[in-house]
Amino acid sequence: MKLKVIVTLKNGVLDPQGKAIQQTLNGMNFSEVKEVRQGKYFDIEINTNDENKAKDKVEEMCKKLLANLVIEDYKIL
Amino acid sequence: MKSSVIIFPGSNCDRDMDVALKKFGFKNQMVWHNDQSIPKSDLIVLPGGFSYGDYLRCGSIASKSKVIKSVIDFANSGGLVLGICNGFQILTETGLLPGVLLQNKYQKFICKNVHVKINDKENKYFKNIKKEVLELHIAHNEGNYFCSEDEIKSLYDNNQIAVTYCDEKGQEDEKFNPNGALKNIAGIFSKNKNILGMMPHPERMIDKYLSSNDGNFFFENLIENLK
Repeated sequence: MKLKVIVTLKNGVLDPQGKAIQQTLNGMNFSEVKEVRQGKYFDIEINTNDENKAKDKVEEMCKKLLANLVIEDYKIL
Repeated sequence: MKSSVIIFPGSNCDRDMDVALKKFGFKNQMVWHNDQSIPKSDLIVLPGGFSYGDYLRCGSIASKSKVIKSVIDFANSGGLVLGICNGFQILTETGLLPGVLLQNKYQKFICKNVHVKINDKENKYFKNIKKEVLELHIAHNEGNYFCSEDEIKSLYDNNQIAVTYCDEKGQEDEKFNPNGALKNIAGIFSKNKNILGMMPHPERMIDKYLSSNDGNFFFENLIENLK
């Protein structure tokens, strides 16, 4: 089965790329854009049909590699 | 004194470090990232570069490489581990040092000489060093040191701040902070000060005709302290 993971910077952690994207969007007349935070998206195909088991595994992967919990949060979809 | 420099795919300061260590009397050996053991060493160095192409996060893939378990065991048994630039990033990703190196505040790769102030001399790296301020080189895109409020308090409480960005006189100010690093931090120690991670490259400053001399103070002093 396939699981999706989104990793984002925690609130308060500086995101220079997000800031640059926001400023560019403002410059393109999307003046309503107040903030952009950039994140990462992973598609993970895992060799099991047991959804709970797969989620547990992916959660472990997030904690050990995919996210750095000092600065990032993860969401499994 | 024996040293080992670990080479990851994408390391690019490994040979500079090898030259520097040998110049000051270390018997250095190069260790490949796929090796599971490291020859007997008094010092292990994680060099600068772009290990594994900086994929995922700088240092994150190297922090799970085969050789790392031996580095962690060596560090936990009190062995000296020095991480420069990407090596510092790897040390934070392994959890041997707290915090993380974020992208530079002003979104630019920075390549220039800076001054750093030595904040603590009660350790093997800087004990008896004849300087208070060193001129060293930085070259990085992710050198903006960051950690939680609890961690920064603990770093100060245990004198773990090793070097901070400053001017040539040692004056610390935000205007001498090249990358936005928290409290101008350029390098930190582990709690018992056997591990040092820092962004500046002393190995690039060992020849007065090519660069400056200040890396000499660092390496000369380090080998003396290990004797």
